[in-house]
Amino acid sequence: MSVTVLLFASYADALGAASLTVDVPDNATVADVLAAVAQRPGAELLPASPLVAVNQRYAASSTPVSVGDEIALIPPVAGG
Amino acid sequence: MTAVARLVRNPIDAGALVREVASCAHGAILLFLGVVRDVNDGRGVTSIEYSAYEAMAQRELDALVTEATARFGSSSVVVEHRLGELALEDASVGIAVAHAHRDEAYALSRWTIEELKRRVPIWKREHYVDGTREWVDPSGHRVAELSS
Repeated sequence: MSVTVLLFASYADALGAASLTVDVPDNATVADVLAAVAQRPGAELLPASPLVAVNQRYAASSTPVSVGDEIALIPPVAGG
Repeated sequence: MTAVARLVRNPIDAGALVREVASCAHGAILLFLGVVRDVNDGRGVTSIEYSAYEAMAQRELDALVTEATARFGSSSVVVEHRLGELALEDASVGIAVAHAHRDEAYALSRWTIEELKRRVPIWKREHYVDGTREWVDPSGHRVAELSS
């Protein structure tokens, strides 16, 4: 299945896009999404295990993902 | 009791935040402003650009102010975080809190800014006097970027 991954700030700059569409196995988890993103040019600039949000909530690497989920990679936050 | 959080693009009105939390039940009101300063890590800063994952940032801010009022008892909290390009001395964040007593008001104000910095998906890119700019990474790792 295909899922869309939102990118922000330094991660969007590193991968040259505000979002990516990646192919992952059915019944995939966040870890599968990260493995697919890691294949893209520029991903070598990201940390090994970036934070991920699924449907606007912080997620674990074992969190399942489905078609239509809002998946986002979250760079180290720097508000305030 | 008020628990409100907003992402804004216009200047933060500190007086309006204070008026929003004021009530006759609250003997203590505190206002915290985070302001753009001219030096970070020894480098001269000319401006800071703030961006966010806006939908999630709003959700986290809403959860944070609700949790804040629950944690510290009857109190009011209003948080505004500004996005976009900010000049030196502009306020990037304003937090007004009100509580019956000052001890709790100080604790509530401190808790709110620390939680905001820990979990709300907002990012800042500093622009420096030498023309370069960098995304700030409080974890210590910076992704360098040349000025265009």
